[in-house]
Amino acid sequence: MREIKANQITEIVKKLCMDANFYLPEDVIDTIKQAKEKEESQTGKDVFDMILQNIEISESEKLPLCQDTGFAVFFIELGQEVHIIGGNFVDAINDGVRQGYKEGYLRKSIVDDPVIDRINTKDNTPAVIYTDIVPGDKVKITFAPKGGGSENMSTVKMLKAADGIEGVKDFVVDFVKNAGGNPCPPTIVGIGLGGTFDKVAQIAKKALLRPIGSRNPNPKYSEVEKELLERINKTGVGPMGLGGRVTALDVHIETYPCHIATMPVAINIQCHCCRHKEAII
Amino acid sequence: MPKTVKLTTPLTDEDVSKLNIGDTVLLSGIIYTGRDAAHKRLVDLIEQGKELPIELKGQVMYYVGPAPAPPGKPIGSAGPTTSYRMDSLTTQLLERGLKASIGKGPRGQNVIDSMEKNKAVYLAAVGGAAALIAKSIKKAEIIAYEDLGAEAIRKLEVEDFPCIVANDIYGNDLYKEGVAKYEIRN
Repeated sequence: MREIKANQITEIVKKLCMDANFYLPEDVIDTIKQAKEKEESQTGKDVFDMILQNIEISESEKLPLCQDTGFAVFFIELGQEVHIIGGNFVDAINDGVRQGYKEGYLRKSIVDDPVIDRINTKDNTPAVIYTDIVPGDKVKITFAPKGGGSENMSTVKMLKAADGIEGVKDFVVDFVKNAGGNPCPPTIVGIGLGGTFDKVAQIAKKALLRPIGSRNPNPKYSEVEKELLERINKTGVGPMGLGGRVTALDVHIETYPCHIATMPVAINIQCHCCRHKEAII
Repeated sequence: MPKTVKLTTPLTDEDVSKLNIGDTVLLSGIIYTGRDAAHKRLVDLIEQGKELPIELKGQVMYYVGPAPAPPGKPIGSAGPTTSYRMDSLTTQLLERGLKASIGKGPRGQNVIDSMEKNKAVYLAAVGGAAALIAKSIKKAEIIAYEDLGAEAIRKLEVEDFPCIVANDIYGNDLYKEGVAKYEIRN
């Protein structure tokens, strides 16, 4: 059994919160640069220029890339040989969020009650934490702050099995087109297929963490990803919805087995500011 | 052809009449911030016939909930928020003389019609470009509804704040026309 102290987790989470909000992953920056070259609309090119300037300023001045520093979402892989000591695991993560959002001057965007009171918790807690127990003695923590604007443009639908893959494709393309400029395109479109009503949304979110350009290991779904990217980029929505050739940077599909009577589909849209950062203890 | 126009607030009818969709605007002067909750309070005051905490004539409203200001800076990152949430509360402000709003995403037809009627424009700022936009904000102070935190009304002094004309006073909408221009139908 390997022992890991709770305060070590807090320290790492604190740093992840700040770093993810100041520095975009290299694959995202490279893809945005390539997308600018593909863009034909002058307004679209201007938007890309501003996005690229913003990335440089955030990095040099340690200012958040986007003022919406997001809901603190964590995907944890917890090795079953790990014993957390000196504190509660969930509290350790929330303490890290509390400290990271304060010290990084990140915006606190979470309200305690979703409908009636909506009082800001003032420290961006609680986090949303998904934990998988895996073999081994390590802990992998992936932090992905999720902005409210693109999250609002996300959906779950229980399609019928008879709708088939063509039904899925049409649903996704129509949905992304109707979302238009609201989710801050060019976007990464995370798609979950299968599982249950709740599982499908979780895998759609997890799909956003995959490196841009990576493909689903199943060649059939890999082809669907490529086709959807092409169709979404024909909608004309373009950067920030102002018209252009680049509406999405990539489409990622994750699947899970499902019940004979169901065919759940979830779409989780990620804005161009695709922030995520991981650490392994 | 789209052009780049430098404008200083407060804006006049003549200023906005020069703008067409697709033009880039570099805005300087005083602008105000406000989101859903602040808009609701302003509209409640208008409906009750009471005085507003800000004068709206010729002014610009920026939809933003900025990040906290780090030491030595007037404001934290300050990119636009989604505008459609304010659609049901915008026409009342346009009737009172608001000349421009800045946000991201398309506006409802009620707002587009009201902008044409009241000679006002909607400017799109780049969502996510929050550090870049913060650089154009030289001063910031909360002037109303401090209890709303990030959503309070702030008075900002800006210099060359970058935005794109998405709706002009002539009823044109870049969100519709731009998309139609680049759509490829099979």
